[in-house]
Amino acid sequence: MFDESTLDANAVAGELEVLFAVEMTAVVGKCAHCGNEAAVGTLRAYVNAPGVVLRCSICGEVVIAWAWTPTGGRVDRSGASWLGQPSGAAPSAAAPSEA
Amino acid sequence: MPPEPLVWQIATVSAIRGETERASSFTLSLPAWRPHRAGQHYDVRLTAADGYQAQRSYSIASPPAHTGVVDLTIERIPDGEVSPYFHDVLEVGDLVEVRGPIGGYFVWEPALGGPLLLVAGGSGVVPLMAMIRQRAAAGDTTPTTLLYSARDVDDLIYRDELDALAGDGLRVLPTLTRAHPPGWTGYARRVDEPMLAEVLAALGPDPLVYACGPTLLVETVAAGLVNLGVPPDRVRTERFGPSN
Amino acid sequence: MGDRFVSRGFVGRRPDSGGDTASRIPPGQYLTDDFPVLSAGPTPRIPLDTWEFTIDGLVSQPVRWSWAEFQALPAREWTVDISCVTKWTKLDTRWRGVSIDDLLAAADLDPRAQFLVAHSYGGYTTNLPLGEALNGQAFVAYEYGGAPLEPAHGGPARLVVPHLYLWKSAKWVRGLHLVERDEPGFWESLGYHNRGDPWREERYSGD
Repeated sequence: MFDESTLDANAVAGELEVLFAVEMTAVVGKCAHCGNEAAVGTLRAYVNAPGVVLRCSICGEVVIAWAWTPTGGRVDRSGASWLGQPSGAAPSAAAPSEA
Repeated sequence: MPPEPLVWQIATVSAIRGETERASSFTLSLPAWRPHRAGQHYDVRLTAADGYQAQRSYSIASPPAHTGVVDLTIERIPDGEVSPYFHDVLEVGDLVEVRGPIGGYFVWEPALGGPLLLVAGGSGVVPLMAMIRQRAAAGDTTPTTLLYSARDVDDLIYRDELDALAGDGLRVLPTLTRAHPPGWTGYARRVDEPMLAEVLAALGPDPLVYACGPTLLVETVAAGLVNLGVPPDRVRTERFGPSN
Repeated sequence: MGDRFVSRGFVGRRPDSGGDTASRIPPGQYLTDDFPVLSAGPTPRIPLDTWEFTIDGLVSQPVRWSWAEFQALPAREWTVDISCVTKWTKLDTRWRGVSIDDLLAAADLDPRAQFLVAHSYGGYTTNLPLGEALNGQAFVAYEYGGAPLEPAHGGPARLVVPHLYLWKSAKWVRGLHLVERDEPGFWESLGYHNRGDPWREERYSGD
């Protein structure tokens, strides 16, 4: 389903952090297409395009996409049913610990 | 504490160290240094006089304990645009625009535990080296295996340091895909599922895995580990795209 | 704003301004001999025996062609210059395919149809006013440079609208949906220009 041009969302973590004003790859989301719940960091990234497209690692559908224009960035996150910070209880969530 | 916004800053190149024929480490002094986590990266942006810009991400090689500076180890991609600038143009004292540290998913710290399986292809070893260095600096004993695919022995970045760090629960397993010296007893092929099975068997159950390198290698590792029963949420990946 | 930081000694890839052909390079573009591959996702591999092309929406009767039926449609060649919004322009690209005029003629358009939305395998969409697609201006190509169109460049078949930025030339196209009101496509929804004329540098919404 994924080819050699595929990257991980970590490759565009800087852009995500600028767009959302928070570190996003550890944020958890639900794919609106297949229901998979996983960290944004698991999404596959496509960057050789007029913008950036993040796709679900399970179903391949678009979860988050954005483009930059001279007036700023515009994000379509309609492919995510929800996005949220991982709970501290999630052992694989790697939440930042600075107080 | 609210997060500080991610902003560009002008770093100074304070040291350049050749690692292999194709890879060098660039030490950057940062006016607004922030502590980083092993596995994170910086974005680098180059600007030409006419305003043309090119941007890339490079993993941090140094452990978080080095305050005020970060080391970025960068492989020279022959037809690249940013890495040849680092290798062919940048000198100590030059300025370079960066932002970071970036990322919160492909990170490891001793509190996340293990056992730790790190799988690298080529310069994909860089963020994993930050994890190994942090593990060593913290006196951490998490059982750790680095499976490191490179073309030949001279292409192994950090070879001497890895030799020195091995032991204390750290195994370093290079696999050489193009050429190997006479008497080589290590792996000498591309990473495959039987190799992963051997490495896993020696490491113990329920490993935490970080795989970084060309997309095809990372794909092989991720699919192979799932076939071998490792839960997908224990495997974190960083794909570079096509190998070059 | 303060002075912009400039990286000492950085020139970037030397853009080719076109030389003798400069008058054919739209503003802000550089010439390339390569054919860069841009994509919003992995390259779909569509077997020809399952490939199909559909015209639906505001038509009296939707039309569907199999690969064999599509090959039997009247074909012609185009040699055109193409420009990508990421700033490269490629001259004299040679394509073979079927004009949008010939495709729509088979579908008996409802007079209310004013716009089309191209749909692709993989989910991509882009929109065009009908007036930008007719009179030989746009076509569905299945050969490039005398050979079957490679998957990386949109094969088995792609829409080609050479007078607009290349994101309008949907790769892996599988159909045209005719509508009365304009519906922005994938990149248009994210702030790219709704029309995308390279000679007017219509890159972004508001340009």
